[in-house]
Amino acid sequence: MTRRTREPLGLSAQRVTAMVLRYWYLLRSSWPRLLELIYWPAVQMLMWGFLQLYIAGNASFFARASGTFIGAVLLWDILFRGQIGFSISFLEEMWARNIGNLMISPLRPVEFVAALMIMSLVRLAIGMVPVTLLAVAFFGFNLYGLGLVLAAFFANLILTSWAIGILVSGLVLRNGLGAESLAWTVMFLLLPLACVYYPVTVLPAWLQLVAWSLPPTYVFEGMPAILIDHVFGGDLMLEALGLNVVLFAIAVSVFVILLDSARRQGSLLQTGE
Amino acid sequence: MHAVIEPAIAVDHLVKRYATGTAVAEVSFALSPGSVTGLLGGNGAGKTTTLAMIMGLVTPTSGAVRVLGALMPRQRYRVLGRMNFESPYVDMPMRLTVRQNLSVFGRLYAVAQLPERIAELAGDLDLCDLLDRPTGKLSAGQKTRVALAKALINRPAILLLDEPTASLDPDTADWVRARLERYRAERGATVLLASHNMAEVERLCERVIIMKKGRIEDDDKPGVLLARYGRRTLEEVFLDVVRGRGEARAAAP
Repeated sequence: MTRRTREPLGLSAQRVTAMVLRYWYLLRSSWPRLLELIYWPAVQMLMWGFLQLYIAGNASFFARASGTFIGAVLLWDILFRGQIGFSISFLEEMWARNIGNLMISPLRPVEFVAALMIMSLVRLAIGMVPVTLLAVAFFGFNLYGLGLVLAAFFANLILTSWAIGILVSGLVLRNGLGAESLAWTVMFLLLPLACVYYPVTVLPAWLQLVAWSLPPTYVFEGMPAILIDHVFGGDLMLEALGLNVVLFAIAVSVFVILLDSARRQGSLLQTGE
Repeated sequence: MHAVIEPAIAVDHLVKRYATGTAVAEVSFALSPGSVTGLLGGNGAGKTTTLAMIMGLVTPTSGAVRVLGALMPRQRYRVLGRMNFESPYVDMPMRLTVRQNLSVFGRLYAVAQLPERIAELAGDLDLCDLLDRPTGKLSAGQKTRVALAKALINRPAILLLDEPTASLDPDTADWVRARLERYRAERGATVLLASHNMAEVERLCERVIIMKKGRIEDDDKPGVLLARYGRRTLEEVFLDVVRGRGEARAAAP
């Protein structure tokens, strides 16, 4: 006679334990998943902490600088959505299990990346143009009023977003979809460090060095300067461009290294978690 | 003096080791242009890894693969346009229609007169009614035909097939085999076919390479293998090799 195990409410402790173990095994085998657990709380804490410091010391400033926040939000979205647009197009191939087909086709990595950059611009245009028009309608803030300055800002932000997108794509190729969450979260590391909503001087001295090593910092410093003081720091934009060239070269090099590593590890055919 | 014919695919002492073990160990073979060869083996025998190294998707730990004279993966772009691949382990974008998918891949392979080529393939592979349907909405058999159309879009000189009829019903599988036979006969392509399906290998292949635990256990014409093992079917030969010859004979009625 078979002894029947009671399963209250249809719940099997054995099956629950098996699934917990399944996720635990997955988590401990995937450093991006582990990183994600501490990533959001750390970034949020840093950003709002610095903002609080800034507001405490400059309360009267907001009366004449209200447009800077809207401008900062819009420029931040160019940076963030540019990278997300790049990364999502890449992830589509992973989700569709199509990457193997592409890698055995004559498509070169540089062509693949170029296509992703174009798609990033297309997606950005679809998302951002209506939002900038809404900013005019609701707040009277015309981003396009920046003219050629906006072109300089845009060029630097989109270059950074592509560089980050390339890095993330390399990591996903090498580590599989377990690294997918980086595509959604890695740009937020720049949110506090690139000083999107506050000046670089708010940061501790040692962290200011880190901030000035990031190309978007120059844009987010330049934006209030043009809105409040009507001063365009062309030299700052050139410095940002120089940094972007270095960042882009590093991103491409790392991508090539990770792609080679993926070929060695056999992960191009196994694109799951 | 005999003219030396360069092999279409030359695999020389190929080894692939992962942290978890050796997937392919000292495998060597050469495939003549226009030949059809079956790569047989159980799960984990190293068939897919061998195919992946031939395509340049996986870098060998040691040894060398040459395809049409190009060293893989280093010189892959010299030959990738003349190769193609079909496998149940890769898909095409599901939300794109069949026509859109074939159009994308046709463009990747720089296929001339692409609309005509797609129409030709649609006729050959009975896809005319499916061309404007999303690929993800097709049945397994229909998806296999679409994958085959993608694999043939560039009229490849080298066609690599990884279990091309897996999960198909016998009728559809037979239909796919007939199309492959016809393509090979018309184009003189070199075909390397990894499969578990012995009837498929027996029907399509003039040479059979049997792998076990990453090594080549036997390699010959199907008729020679049948005679060597004293068997009537390749399936029996395969079981002899995989289980060990004496063990299989003991198991035989």
